[in-house]
Amino acid sequence: MPTEIKVPALGESVTEATVARWLKQPGDVVAMDDPLVELETDKVTLEVNAPAAGTLTEVVAGEGSNVAVGAVLGRIGEGGAKATASAKPAAAPKAAPAPAPQPAPPPAASPAASSSGNGADLLARSGPAVRKLAAETQIDVTKVTPTGKDGRLTKTDVASAAAKPATPPPPPVARAPRELGPREERVKMTRLRRRIAERLKEAQNTAAMLTTFNEVDMTEVLALRERYRESFEKQHGVRLGFMSIFAKACIVALKEIPAANGEIDGEDIIYKNHYDIGIAVGTEQGLVVPVVRDADQLSFAEIEKRVADLGRRARDGKLSLDELSGGTFTITNGGVYGSLLSTPILNPPQSAILGMHKIQKRPVVVGDKVEVRSMMYLALSYDHRLIDGREAVTFLVRVKDCIEDPQRMLFGV
Amino acid sequence: MSDTFDVIVIGAGPGGYVAAIRAAQLGMSVACVDKGTAPGGTCLNIGCIPSKALLQSSEKFAEANHALAVHGIKAGKIELDLATMLARKDKVVAENTRGVDYLFRKNKVAYVKGAARFIAKDKLAIAGADGKTQEVSAGKAIIIATGSDSMSLPGVAIDEKSIISSTGALALAAVPKRLVVIGGGYIGLEMGSVWRRLGAEVTVVEFLDRITPTMDQEVGKALQSALTKQGFTFRLGTKVTAAKKANGALALVLEAAQGGKPEELACDVVLVSVGRRPFTDGLGLDAVGVKCDNKGRVMVDAGFATNVPGIYAIGDVIAGPMLAHKASEEGVVLVETLAGQRPSLDYNAIPAVIYTHPEVASVGKTEEELKAAGIVYRVGKFPFSANGRARANADTEGFVKILADKASDRVLGVHIIGADAGTMIAEAALAMEFGASAEDIARTVHAHPTLNEAVKEAALAAEGHAIHI
Repeated sequence: MPTEIKVPALGESVTEATVARWLKQPGDVVAMDDPLVELETDKVTLEVNAPAAGTLTEVVAGEGSNVAVGAVLGRIGEGGAKATASAKPAAAPKAAPAPAPQPAPPPAASPAASSSGNGADLLARSGPAVRKLAAETQIDVTKVTPTGKDGRLTKTDVASAAAKPATPPPPPVARAPRELGPREERVKMTRLRRRIAERLKEAQNTAAMLTTFNEVDMTEVLALRERYRESFEKQHGVRLGFMSIFAKACIVALKEIPAANGEIDGEDIIYKNHYDIGIAVGTEQGLVVPVVRDADQLSFAEIEKRVADLGRRARDGKLSLDELSGGTFTITNGGVYGSLLSTPILNPPQSAILGMHKIQKRPVVVGDKVEVRSMMYLALSYDHRLIDGREAVTFLVRVKDCIEDPQRMLFGV
Repeated sequence: MSDTFDVIVIGAGPGGYVAAIRAAQLGMSVACVDKGTAPGGTCLNIGCIPSKALLQSSEKFAEANHALAVHGIKAGKIELDLATMLARKDKVVAENTRGVDYLFRKNKVAYVKGAARFIAKDKLAIAGADGKTQEVSAGKAIIIATGSDSMSLPGVAIDEKSIISSTGALALAAVPKRLVVIGGGYIGLEMGSVWRRLGAEVTVVEFLDRITPTMDQEVGKALQSALTKQGFTFRLGTKVTAAKKANGALALVLEAAQGGKPEELACDVVLVSVGRRPFTDGLGLDAVGVKCDNKGRVMVDAGFATNVPGIYAIGDVIAGPMLAHKASEEGVVLVETLAGQRPSLDYNAIPAVIYTHPEVASVGKTEEELKAAGIVYRVGKFPFSANGRARANADTEGFVKILADKASDRVLGVHIIGADAGTMIAEAALAMEFGASAEDIARTVHAHPTLNEAVKEAALAAEGHAIHI
């Protein structure tokens, strides 16, 4: 009996994947749990492993084809690895594909096409007026109940079926691809890129999005980090970065401005009493946003460890789907690439996103004196539908307060 | 008159004038150009209509001579007034062409008399009989519906006096004593019938070993024997190599189709009816690059489009049977498609009729075609001799033959030879359009007593249980 290789559960709200690459070819001997094929979903690339040992006898879903959860990707026949083990070398893998069952022929090839289910035959029996009307209205005649003699369609059958608005309008015709110039090349968007494009546009189309700015004096935080860098790293095995401090500062602000941690659902607002902070990570394939769950419950060190781990695995494409979904608020740091100021786009259905930027020494008036300070601009993009300007500004001011005076966080003031 | 139209149709025959009227009904501005003296094309002027007028008249003459006595009618001396007979035919033609004229006016089709020639893909120069040329342009389509013309035979030059085409056969000033018809197709048999009934000795010379070669063979044989009984002589498997004229005497040189000893056949008039060729002379198709096949037929796709965008063709000038009703339907389908509708034409359900006596009519496949295609079929046959109405009419020649798929019972072909076969075949064509089974026909109530009951009985016979035989 061949074992079917199926598309595994892909995580919440993901129902479809694209076959990116087959790692084994038909005829290859595979051991149980060998990686067989790479699937690309909206969020991640994942490997499907061999559910049994044997020989890959058949690839059902070729590279580039779209597959649903549970769909058969291919089949593994007996023999191969097992046969090799039972002292039948070399010949076994070759012999194995032969007994593999052929897929059933497609029904269209069947010569005994039934007369009832066949639209062409139904039309042939239903007369020229019905044929003309069916062609003009483009209805699927197999879905119309015939009232004529011996199951023939009448003009009325077709006319009334065509008049029903039940049939959804045909999908808009895809725009024909434009001609390429001599110095251009066309590359298919990956699923991830398509999904990013879709979601960013969705955010722009849905939310009343705008951005408010502030600046933060990083001098205190830099000093703090300098002071504890070595001992922190020795103690926790991870560098003390800014992300844990900003995440904690944001949680303080989110608790004060609950709308920033909420989302709009239809005509309601859903407030969330958990703080799952998405951290935007740029990877070669595109932007992904893994989530640090319950960040309010975690220590600074735990947050840093999680961020480091997620970032590394994001760049390796090894994130699980669960790690990519369900954030309540997002932090993006364009500063690592040198951005001085930007306006981030929301990560729907979230309602706010904090943009961190480059730290730059600038002359700043402190008291009545000009001093050199390490400054960072902060941007908060938010959905004005549920967050008022006052709240957005207060949010940023609260983050600023926490960063400029980190001790406040210690005492929750 | 405006010189720009949505659609310009070249040819006012049954393809062209029907296309023009239908296009006008659909709201297009239409011009129909024809170089003849009256609209109607070959069909109305020198084809279907005048030949049927003469067939009807000559049949009445034959009936008066041979078929009245059996009904208990004693007629005195029956005399032929050929001039009146021909004049009546001309009157019928004139009435019909005036009818087309009227329909053009009613539908606001601009009827332009003159010979059209392409000067651009969307533009025609029309040379009128008055020597003036005008230009007309089409915004949407130009439809070539120029029909066909009789073919000639090498060595037998048509002079329309003693060696005539079908056109000349409609207007012979006297009944020839000996008429030879070259070609055993439907035109030769119909025109031969006219002059045979009026007294000519008619010999049909056919190259093939059978007449009407595309017809169901059983029906073809029955027709040949019916015509033989009427006095026709058939020379099958024979070719004509030359016509000889000497001292006012005419003779044809014949020899066996495969070659052999030549012999001479003396005659008074020769009718050349060896087929028709698509007519595109003078149209200037080359000028715009419209492609024709090796038989001179304009090449079109399934939507009647030529290789040149905006130029279409229908009827005898394209492939398919050269039938007026085929041309008309193609015209309708084409212009409706141009108007955004989606009609279609089932070429398998186009009937064909030979207006001899008995008439022969058929639709769908012949028995030979079904055999060749390896289709398993049933035959249902019913003779008119067992039909009450035919007996009452004292006209019992012929039969109805229905071919039905053995498995599905679907009607695949219907062939009728009998007095009114041409009218009766409509029922069969309708059945085929609806993919009807033989049983559908058998279970349709047919009025009694009618000739059409023979169709119902043939359908019953296909199931093996005709009632009246």
